[in-house]
Amino acid sequence: MTTESRAAGAFAIEHLNLHYGTHQALHNVSMEIGARAVTAIIGPSGCGKSTLLRCLNRMNDLVPGCRIEGEIRFGGEDIYAPGVDPMEVRYRIGMVFQKPNPFPKSIYENVAFGPRINGHQGALDEIVERSLRRAALWDEVKDRLRESALSLSGGQQQRLCIARALAVEPEVILMDEPCSALDPISTGHVEELMSELKRDYTIVLVTHNMQQAARVADVTAFFLSGHLVEIDQTNVIFATPREQRTEDYITGRFG
Amino acid sequence: MEVSHRSRQRTRERIIAGVLLASGLISILVTAGIVFALASETVGFFRLVSLKQFLTDPKWTPMFDPAHYGILSLLAGTTIIAVGSALVAVPLGLATAIYLSEYAPDRLRRVLKPVLELLAGIPTVVYGYFALTFVTPLLQKLIPSLDVFNALSAFITVGIMITPLISSMSEDAMLAVPRSLREAAYALGATRLEVAVKVVLPAAFSGVVASVILAVSRAVGETMIVALAAGSTPKLSLNPLQSIQTMTGFIAQVSQGDLEAGSAAYKAIYTVGMSLFATTLGLNLFAKWLTRRFQRGGRL
Repeated sequence: MTTESRAAGAFAIEHLNLHYGTHQALHNVSMEIGARAVTAIIGPSGCGKSTLLRCLNRMNDLVPGCRIEGEIRFGGEDIYAPGVDPMEVRYRIGMVFQKPNPFPKSIYENVAFGPRINGHQGALDEIVERSLRRAALWDEVKDRLRESALSLSGGQQQRLCIARALAVEPEVILMDEPCSALDPISTGHVEELMSELKRDYTIVLVTHNMQQAARVADVTAFFLSGHLVEIDQTNVIFATPREQRTEDYITGRFG
Repeated sequence: MEVSHRSRQRTRERIIAGVLLASGLISILVTAGIVFALASETVGFFRLVSLKQFLTDPKWTPMFDPAHYGILSLLAGTTIIAVGSALVAVPLGLATAIYLSEYAPDRLRRVLKPVLELLAGIPTVVYGYFALTFVTPLLQKLIPSLDVFNALSAFITVGIMITPLISSMSEDAMLAVPRSLREAAYALGATRLEVAVKVVLPAAFSGVVASVILAVSRAVGETMIVALAAGSTPKLSLNPLQSIQTMTGFIAQVSQGDLEAGSAAYKAIYTVGMSLFATTLGLNLFAKWLTRRFQRGGRL
């Protein structure tokens, strides 16, 4: 293990195998994810990229019949070690989903939800404002914080979900195709935000969209049917990949 | 050829639409007829008894001399049963719904739910007998001063009867809450209970309220259990340890005897029926208002 992967906010995945019942979705995956950078995971549908993302905050624990072997260390600690509380893991590692999924509550209550359930005492107004500002949504919603989150546009809802994730002060934000339901302008907003947020957070981005990976990611990993094919600096992956399969995929020959 | 086929089809469509409209109209007409019958007898009743006496007299003794017609005593009885059974059924029903939708493994749920729904199929006269011969003696061991006929035993049993209504409908509403909302909450570090109580339950609120109101309406309209277990003594009191009488209990008791048609007591049956109708209508309107408020409302 390098010193890099022991740093706060960095992941080291080692020999990770994952089964859903009898189907093996991840095969012996080993990789490192650096802190305060955007790591993109690309690959065709069903290649295991979302599954891998969901291992990083133990969301797969909620799936019946899901079995995980191997190790995922976060800041040097094995998050699957016995005695580790999955709630604590999820509290430290935030997640933004494919479709915006705000709670049917007010804008304010959406952002305040995380701090509230994690036993935050005292003024929430400040946290709500700070989180909304960091998600670049504050100016658009500051006069209607008590309105339903469902009254926002899709792009605004997704930034609200980012604000909601930021409100608990996580170290990592996992993003599972966060722009797939958004129009190009909203996508632009969210991508700008990623570049902004990586100064303070580790970002892991699962995306279908190779241009998006090329635009925002520092490091890109390519997956194919549950195997990690290649991981490298984004410009290397897109300009001079080592593997033929990677080149075939990014040049659009399949997938 | 083509044209006549088309026009035949059109005629058939029109006939079908007409039949469907007629079936809709039948239920509306029947309801209107019932309301009209209730209303006309009620008007007749208020020619003989003043509205003031009806609303303020503490006694309800239409069969005795002097006759008193104070609905409050019957309303008190109905209120005890409705509120009491809700106190039993709402926590029990919601806990069951939360367990079934958020905790129970799929296989267990598929067995448990139909079994619970069976409870709703038991005839109420069986429940009434159960209240009288099992619940009451049991309660008398705990509270020796308890009357043989008492509201407590009746509302506990009514509560058990309406629990499956709440649990089953609430669980349907909770299962309909998108998985993505649960995941959002889990991803923020929420526990199972927090997800259930703070995300799923509020998101399913309108369905849950609908189930509770439906169940309470059922309790308000429940006749057999209260007639058997709660006795037939109208009292302006909210003490559940005594014998009481509800609006439905009165109707059941008096309809069996021979009453002179057109007498004030006879018309009183319809007037009580009208009051009952107004109560359930009020409950339904309240439920509508509550769900609308919550759907619009930001804070929740």
